[in-house]
Amino acid sequence: MSINTEATPYCDDVIQKFTIAAVFWGVVGFLAGDFIALQLAFPVLNLDLEWTSFGRLRPVHTSAVIFAFGGNVLFATSLYIAQRTCRASLFGGSGLGGFIFFNFQAFIVAAALSYVLGFSQGQEYAEPEWWLDLWLTVIWVAYLIAFAGTIMKRKEPHIYVANWFFFAMILTIAMLHLGNNVAVPVALFGGSWMKSYNVFGGVQNAMTQWWYGHNAVGFFLTAGFLGIMYYFVPKRAERPVYSYRLSIVHFWALIFLYIWAGPHHLHYTALPDWAQTLGMTFSVMLWMPSWGGMINGLMTLSGAWDKLRTDPVMRFLVSSVAFYGMSTFEGPMMSIKAVNSLSHYTDWGIGHVHSGALGWVAFVSFGALYYLVPKLWGRKEMYSLKLVGVHFWIATVGIVLYITAMWISGIMQGLMWRAYDSLGFLQYSFIETVEAMHPYYVIRALGGLLFVIGSLVMVYNVIKTIKGDVADEALASAASGAR
Amino acid sequence: MATVEKDSVSGQNTTGHEWDGIKELNTPLPKWWVYVFWATVIWAIGYWVMMPAWPTLNGYTAGYLGYSSRGTLDAELVAQKKGRSAWLSKIEASDVAAIEKDKDLLRYAMAGGKIAFNENCAACHGVGGVGAYGFPTLADDEWLWGGTLADIEQTIKYGVRNANANSRQSEMPKFGADGLLKPEQISAVSDYVLSLASKAPAKGSAGETVYAENCAACHADDGAGMAAVGAPALNNQIWLYKGTKDAIVAQVTKPKHGAMPAWSERLDASTVKMLAVYVHNLGGGK
Repeated sequence: MSINTEATPYCDDVIQKFTIAAVFWGVVGFLAGDFIALQLAFPVLNLDLEWTSFGRLRPVHTSAVIFAFGGNVLFATSLYIAQRTCRASLFGGSGLGGFIFFNFQAFIVAAALSYVLGFSQGQEYAEPEWWLDLWLTVIWVAYLIAFAGTIMKRKEPHIYVANWFFFAMILTIAMLHLGNNVAVPVALFGGSWMKSYNVFGGVQNAMTQWWYGHNAVGFFLTAGFLGIMYYFVPKRAERPVYSYRLSIVHFWALIFLYIWAGPHHLHYTALPDWAQTLGMTFSVMLWMPSWGGMINGLMTLSGAWDKLRTDPVMRFLVSSVAFYGMSTFEGPMMSIKAVNSLSHYTDWGIGHVHSGALGWVAFVSFGALYYLVPKLWGRKEMYSLKLVGVHFWIATVGIVLYITAMWISGIMQGLMWRAYDSLGFLQYSFIETVEAMHPYYVIRALGGLLFVIGSLVMVYNVIKTIKGDVADEALASAASGAR
Repeated sequence: MATVEKDSVSGQNTTGHEWDGIKELNTPLPKWWVYVFWATVIWAIGYWVMMPAWPTLNGYTAGYLGYSSRGTLDAELVAQKKGRSAWLSKIEASDVAAIEKDKDLLRYAMAGGKIAFNENCAACHGVGGVGAYGFPTLADDEWLWGGTLADIEQTIKYGVRNANANSRQSEMPKFGADGLLKPEQISAVSDYVLSLASKAPAKGSAGETVYAENCAACHADDGAGMAAVGAPALNNQIWLYKGTKDAIVAQVTKPKHGAMPAWSERLDASTVKMLAVYVHNLGGGK
């Protein structure tokens, strides 16, 4: 057994910054999401202004939650975990870490402003124009150097599984970002320097876009957050990871298979049939490799299931793994062409994304943040675990409202689109399907509102913890524990 | 320095590695997990054999079933067309007047017209032709370009103020913006139009003179309008751009003009016929 004889001075001031930024951008992203959800239910909220129209605010929401919230969570956790599991301080220290931090936050603000002002590549999750893309590339390379440098100077003989996932995430995201943003500024042809067009056109553009788009989900939101799961679940449960062998097999299977799955976003389009087949079959083969992470997450709790009753942070982590399992079953199912012909372009897709985004990504992030905040600011525990429990239940009810509303409205929408009457005419017009979805849009916005409220409870709890306050109930239980 | 330990809960050994207090068990892969994974792999291989799957240097493996999504779509379209052909051939062969006279054809055209209307027209004219600001109501008996079946078919076919050679065209002069009338004249004529609308024309007013000299040529002396040039009736309370004094002054000063696509450029002849019959029967056909 290796014993840490000399304390490694970890570089945690950067982690603190990323943690606060994650909480901040989380709330901003959730609020933006709920606002555009309300716009869909009540179009008057577009305010008749170009800057506040749904089309411009939607990428603000998606970028804020995926890249600003998710990105800052990944920076915070990966650099925290790499230092601990390598017993090495952050490569490049606060200097490099601060460079990444400030540039990334400034990038987020600039990207959001550019969307609102109408600059967009028009590619989902890759909206920033070429001049922003170049900036992000510099930030990402700095991150790669900080992370890889820390791994290289590790004092542990082996590299922990969480770090494999982070490494796969960093490398693949770099490849995707560069591959999907090969764009030519129109200034070269006498237009503006602000605007560019992708070198790929038509179906090639669609294919590179969804190669990027699906693997942004696969590597940013799945591999990266599995890295988070692999550290915080065993830490919080105080149990060994269920299976080392499973972690190896499902890691390699996951990263090999995921990269093929993108074409399932383009079923029944101009994409050649053979590419659609590959996208679908690889998505189905991805089911078990995805579930390997769920098994390892859940089974790590064997011997510690009682913690679910007493520890709301554990509840967040375990529920996130359960939601992960659910969405990684739903995803392969929706990739099957017969199912996809019903689900594609409907709200079912939105529901699927959000069961993954809210249930998996956000919940595992909340669990990690509730673990990290007391550790980073030298507190014993969060200000109030009771409030963590309140956050958990409010957010869970919000998610359930959200995804059930989208399942119902999505399947209804798909069925209405394909319904023919006895004379062979379409039974419903598009506008009738929109009308039918209105109540579900209201329910979805309500679910989103609960999710926002839950995150505000977290903000309060985090502020109190950083200030060093301890809630009454925590004092009481500490006192009873002492007795 | 690896020390393998036995975990008392699971009975499994650890791998001996440890990171920041985290150990790992050496639990074998769950059997069901391995079996289901291989099952999906075998299914995928089977699917590749049957369906178009792998790219080659100059094509792709076509698959045993010879499937193509384009072929499937063609077949579905043919089947769909065949299913409708009994009725559609009659619609194609008849003119709109004949369709309306035949009870069965009328019922069919109303069903087909309704979905075509809701998909193509309702965005501006509203479901059921209820209209909206700037978009005429089609469910009443006030018609800009005429309300007979033939008029309606003509309007749908060629549209209004578009690039089609047969498009309906007309433009009201910009009486204020081009200085044809002075602001006080515009104000007076607007008052007169309001009096026409409430069926109590202000005889002998200044506005009446302005109206007679500038407006009556198209909108008619009594404000009944003229369908041939798309001049709306002014002697009722139906307004395209609101019926307040301010709105009328604005319209006289610098008129807004609606436009409509030539639907014969986008829809087949049968659909246009069914649309004409449907709109004619919305409530106010003449």
